[in-house]
Amino acid sequence: MSASVNADDLLEKTNYIRAVADPKIVLRDLSFYYGKFKALHDISMDIPDRKVTAFIGPSGCGKSTLLRVFNRMYDLYPGQRAEGDLILDGENVLGSSIDVNMLRARVGMVFQKPTPFPMSIYDNVAFGVRLYEKLKKSELDDRVEWALQRAALWDEVKDKLKQTGGALSGGQQQRLCIARGIAVKPEVLLLDEPTSALDPISTSKIEELIYELKDDFAIAIVTHNMQQAARVSDYTAFMYLGDLMEYDHTDNIFTNPDRKETEDYITGRFG
Amino acid sequence: MTRYHRRKLVNAFNLAASIAVTLFGLFMLGWILSILFIKGFQHINWAVFTEMTPPPGESGGLLNAIVGTLLLTLVAVLIGTPIGVMAGTYLAEFGGKSRFASTVRFINDILLSAPSIVVGVFVYTLLVSPVGHFSGWAGGVALAILVIPVVVRTTEDMLKLVPSQLREAAAALGAPRWKVTVNVVYKAALSGMITGMLLATARIMGETAPLLFTALSNNFWSTDMNQPMANMPVVIYQYALSPYSDWQNLAWAAALLITISVLVMNIFARYGLKGHNQKP
Repeated sequence: MSASVNADDLLEKTNYIRAVADPKIVLRDLSFYYGKFKALHDISMDIPDRKVTAFIGPSGCGKSTLLRVFNRMYDLYPGQRAEGDLILDGENVLGSSIDVNMLRARVGMVFQKPTPFPMSIYDNVAFGVRLYEKLKKSELDDRVEWALQRAALWDEVKDKLKQTGGALSGGQQQRLCIARGIAVKPEVLLLDEPTSALDPISTSKIEELIYELKDDFAIAIVTHNMQQAARVSDYTAFMYLGDLMEYDHTDNIFTNPDRKETEDYITGRFG
Repeated sequence: MTRYHRRKLVNAFNLAASIAVTLFGLFMLGWILSILFIKGFQHINWAVFTEMTPPPGESGGLLNAIVGTLLLTLVAVLIGTPIGVMAGTYLAEFGGKSRFASTVRFINDILLSAPSIVVGVFVYTLLVSPVGHFSGWAGGVALAILVIPVVVRTTEDMLKLVPSQLREAAAALGAPRWKVTVNVVYKAALSGMITGMLLATARIMGETAPLLFTALSNNFWSTDMNQPMANMPVVIYQYALSPYSDWQNLAWAAALLITISVLVMNIFARYGLKGHNQKP
């Protein structure tokens, strides 16, 4: 199977779609284009609320591309466009009438590389809050502390909130970015390979964090680390060459995958 | 083995040649600076900073020229920097590869290397000739035209160095485009942008040609921007060419002062801000 996976063969089979009980985001025939290149092929799936959904698959399969459709990150770049439906709480957010900035306030995102803003730790966390809420100083202080607590960073930075965020270690910076993302109280949190640049200890901290945060948000995580997907997620979607190959409870995907391709990928035979 | 030896030989030759050429360049620079410092320091005294430019044969100083240069530079920076920063921001953040942006970038490059005397003549026909007399404003505008392309270029370059992930991260929080630029990208590029402004300032402080046609000079104390205005480069030009030794000495002093201020500004732009930027 390894090198000879034929995309056309795979397309003939139907994607494994499992409707979830409490969908936060519903995708229907979602396609994505980089200019003329079609990077995602008619993807349909439901993403559950207050659960962790992991996206796995080999490099270039469209995982990150799909994640960047959820908050319309692609809007920043001319030539990129999405077709189909992406429904957040019953509203199609791909429509032109949607305020993209409001959408992004509802759908937070953490990137692969930590991206602290060139300002103090406090201002980093307060940045998003100040955009959409007018809080009193004390309320803002509370919110910043709450977010940093939630991101398991408070104890490490509470005495140096005025220091610049760039002075923190890589793992701390990434937790700062998570704190910044949850400080605005989003409904969905997108994590694009959030631990791929981090050491094992920072990684396990962030994984614990993901486990705790799913009480509050729907979480979608892209990861290259199969064990990570198995550890943190409730649902797993396996993608390949822009197609959604299989989507199921994480346990099923990892113990009893429905398709040969999925099994080959998770056992490391290709990808 | 022979190939290896030849390679070593070629390496040694090239290394020696580049060191020699570097030393030659540095020697010329050292020569200029040492003569300037030796001749200049002899004539620096308290009067230079307290008295006006004198008539031939009398003692005097450079006060009106120093203040004039500072005023002209200030006007030029105040006019040129905002325009330059905004244009640079447009090119880096919004224009991209569009036809208009490419055109602006091309014209800016031409302006960057345009002879300053051309700028002087241009401002002369625009602001001096219609009014009928030279003025400080005309000088400030001429210098501003020289500031703009430098600031446009450095602003664009510095903003482009800011990683796009930072923009995405700010946009991902729901920040509108202008807030991403002003609150995040500018902050990340600030020291580089200030460096650009300082380098532009250093460049215009010694410019003579555009001022000959615009601010000209003034032997008296004047801060009236509507009147001709004394300034260091034109004083150096006039006094150095004069037959009077008093004037020639003042020209040396003025040349030294300008060189030192340009030097200080360059050093500060290079090291002062860099250090500040690197601090965590």
